[in-house]
Amino acid sequence: MLNLISPAFAFFFQETPRSGFEVMKESAAHPDLSKFLVIGALLFIIGVAGVLTRRNIIVIFMSIELILNAANLNFIAFSRFLSATGSTNAVAGQIFTVFVIVVAAAEAAIGLGIVIALYRNKETIWVDEIDLLKW
Amino acid sequence: MIKYIWLVPLLPLIGAAINGLLGRKLRFSETLIGGIAVGSVALSFLISVAAVYSYGFGGHAEWPRPYLTSQDGFSFSWIPGGAVSVNAGGETAAATGAPESPRFALLNIEWSYQLDPLSSIFMLIVTGVGLCIFVFATGYMHGEAGFYRFFAYMGLFMFAMLVLVMGSNFLMMFVGWEGVGLCSYLLIGYYFDRQEAANASRKAFITNRIGDFGFALAIFGVIATFGSAQYTDVFNQAKSYPIELLGHWGVLSWIALGLFVGACGKSAQLPLHVWLPDAMAGPTPVSALIHAATMVTAGLYMVTRTNVIFQHSQTMLLVVALIGAATAIFAATIGITQNDIKKVLAYSTVSQLGFMFMACGVGAFAIGIFHVMTHAFFKALMFLGAGSVIHGMHHEQDMRRMGGLKKYMPYTYWTFMAGWLAICGIIPFSGFWSKDEILWKAAETTFIPLGWLVWLVGTIAATCTAFYMTRLMAMTFWGKERFLAGAGGEADEAHASAYDKGLAQHDAVRPSAGDRPRHEPGEHVGPVHEDVAHHVVTHGHAHEAGGHEHGAHIPHESPPSMWVPLAVLAVLAVIGGLVGIGPAFRTVTGSEHPGKRLHIVTWLNPIIWNPVTREFNAPEGAEGAEGANHVALVAEAPAPAEGAHGATGASVYGDTGFNLAHAVESSTHSELATEWIFIIISLVVAGIGMLLGGLFYIWRPALAGIWAQRLRPLYVASYNKYWVDEFYGWAVTRRTMDLARAVFAFDSKIVDGIVNGLAALSRLSSRIVGAIDKYLVDGLVNAIAAFIMRLMSPLFRAAQTGFTQNYALVMVLGLMVAVAIFFMRDILNAIR
Repeated sequence: MLNLISPAFAFFFQETPRSGFEVMKESAAHPDLSKFLVIGALLFIIGVAGVLTRRNIIVIFMSIELILNAANLNFIAFSRFLSATGSTNAVAGQIFTVFVIVVAAAEAAIGLGIVIALYRNKETIWVDEIDLLKW
Repeated sequence: MIKYIWLVPLLPLIGAAINGLLGRKLRFSETLIGGIAVGSVALSFLISVAAVYSYGFGGHAEWPRPYLTSQDGFSFSWIPGGAVSVNAGGETAAATGAPESPRFALLNIEWSYQLDPLSSIFMLIVTGVGLCIFVFATGYMHGEAGFYRFFAYMGLFMFAMLVLVMGSNFLMMFVGWEGVGLCSYLLIGYYFDRQEAANASRKAFITNRIGDFGFALAIFGVIATFGSAQYTDVFNQAKSYPIELLGHWGVLSWIALGLFVGACGKSAQLPLHVWLPDAMAGPTPVSALIHAATMVTAGLYMVTRTNVIFQHSQTMLLVVALIGAATAIFAATIGITQNDIKKVLAYSTVSQLGFMFMACGVGAFAIGIFHVMTHAFFKALMFLGAGSVIHGMHHEQDMRRMGGLKKYMPYTYWTFMAGWLAICGIIPFSGFWSKDEILWKAAETTFIPLGWLVWLVGTIAATCTAFYMTRLMAMTFWGKERFLAGAGGEADEAHASAYDKGLAQHDAVRPSAGDRPRHEPGEHVGPVHEDVAHHVVTHGHAHEAGGHEHGAHIPHESPPSMWVPLAVLAVLAVIGGLVGIGPAFRTVTGSEHPGKRLHIVTWLNPIIWNPVTREFNAPEGAEGAEGANHVALVAEAPAPAEGAHGATGASVYGDTGFNLAHAVESSTHSELATEWIFIIISLVVAGIGMLLGGLFYIWRPALAGIWAQRLRPLYVASYNKYWVDEFYGWAVTRRTMDLARAVFAFDSKIVDGIVNGLAALSRLSSRIVGAIDKYLVDGLVNAIAAFIMRLMSPLFRAAQTGFTQNYALVMVLGLMVAVAIFFMRDILNAIR
């Protein structure tokens, strides 16, 4: 039942029909889509957790980058998966990834600018001291 | 001409309409107004004369059959249709074997005029005497601001009076009845800016309303009983009803009572006489026309018109006779002590009206109408004469400030003299014939008991009449000239005496309200005189000096427009009685009722119901059948008492007790001698009255004061009119005011109290409800709201941390929920 809640559990606790080493070796040589998605999901969760839990605004930024990159990983994985099936649109995932990177860079620039402005005004970068949204 | 009698009432109405509606707007001159008024009445008079002539004496005379304009003249259905239930007939008619009356009758009241012996006499009196008075009024009212108004009212009065006497049914009589009442009110209040006149007009109207109430009830009774208001229908049915003897109150007695209450009001009989003396506040021609000659005789007209009904009720005949006698003596004794010349004449009128009712009460209806006629002549004459005196004396009415006027006003004096001799009852002046006949009929009546009492009272009243009329003549025309010392100029005695004592202003300087009539300070109330300039100067001077020299003028004779009508009326007052020469003169004239139809009794006889034959009298003398009626009576009467005269009453009305004429006759054994004894008695008492008057007021003037002192209580009672006005003021007016006040208190306290209480109650309840709403309902809502707010706000407030991360957490959670929902089906499948 656990594997229903998260594919990750299914990945780690699935029963292996064959034993050990050959399986791992083969899956490392031909990684299938699900493993990328699991990694991406983990990255995303880590990013979200960081955004939600960290108090330092810089770290939150970094966590946002993790989320973005989790998305990028998914794009790349699907792109590759689709090209293997012979789809003609598989390259779209890679193009999107490039877009995301560009946007992330721009976002980082603006975000850091905001942080600097914030710091100048509030003299802090700890988000629990910034509660202006309340008013 | 007979079919144009509908023009007789119409012409004065047209004249009144022209004068009243246009006279002020177009500023008619007095000549034009007077011309229209006099012309219309003169035309009416000519038509009346022509119609009556052709009715009674013309080629195809209808007399005595009533002629109705619905035959071929102008008439219309006035109140058409409608079934009325008729509740009489049953037992009463069955008892006499009369045919059963229908239970329902179709009431159709038409507007048509009726010419019959009675209405023809009244037409001639009203238009003829009216014409004289109209001519007089053009002179008397000269210079009045309300000249047009006066003649409009007078014309309207003529119309109403003619409708009254010419109508063919009770409702037309009622219309005329109310119309003359209204005009009387308007004309008494002609000088409406004078308080006395305004009060008098109201008094007259209200007193008349009491009588009208009885009259209206009687009309309802007539319609309910006979199912018709047409005279011919009603009387033809009524004559078959049984006679209601003394003490028996049948339906006809009740109707007669109602009618007589109406007659009392209009004809100023006790106890409703109080308005007539006060009505003298009106201009003198009004007093002559309305309050002496015509309107006040409407009661007589009505009683005579309905003589069938009255003769069916012995009780009511007795009531009429006794009220008449009481009024005659009552008013005559008051007349002795009054000082206002018009008041004396007013009480004289009341007294003479009493004589007329006396005649009706003893069953001599034709004689009553005869007295109406002669009285119209001599009383109109005397009122106009008084008007002439007042005019000549510059509106002095108090006889104490007159005297010796015969030198200054010869025409007025000699015409007045004719009236004086007529009213005193001196043979052969008109008053003698009618008054003597009334007294004789009272003495010999077999219709009612107590005829001797009526005769006695009437004789005493006749003595008083002769006395106070002689007093009036003496104080006005003979003796010392007292006007030079008087104050004068006042319209009424009460005000004059108040002026004498310095309590009241002179009429002319009292403030005047409204535009009509205009009285400038110093101007005289009433007509303008030739010497008006001198007059005003005297006024002003007198007031500045505070002196009483005012009114010191030489009296002058009135203009021809005033003395010519006087002369005409004087001639009538002298010879008018010749149409009614009594049966006592049959040895001289050769007939009981000489002159055939020209004799008033013969003329009127066919409209008088005969209780013995139970039919209307046959027109005696119509075909030379003089006296045939009496013969027929004697033949048909079951038990004729004695002769023709006794036959009518005794058999029908039972034993009426002591009969004066019969008692005398039993000792003289001669009917003629008996009649002459009564004539001599009445002449002697008239002479005694005149001699006493002469003694007291000509030869020994000091005697009047001495006897007034000696009979002080009587004098004071008479001078104060027996305090009837005061009594009514206390018993009626004051009680009415008390009642009104009580009703007002009830209304303002109880009724308004209930309403206000309810209002207060609803205010209170709404306040309570408001409080409940405000505190309980709103409180509950507020409490719930507050509770919810207090309960929930920490929760929601806590959610609003202001930290971005918290919001992001919620977003993530929401995202997770969304994803979960999105994949719900797959998840559920997987679980399964």
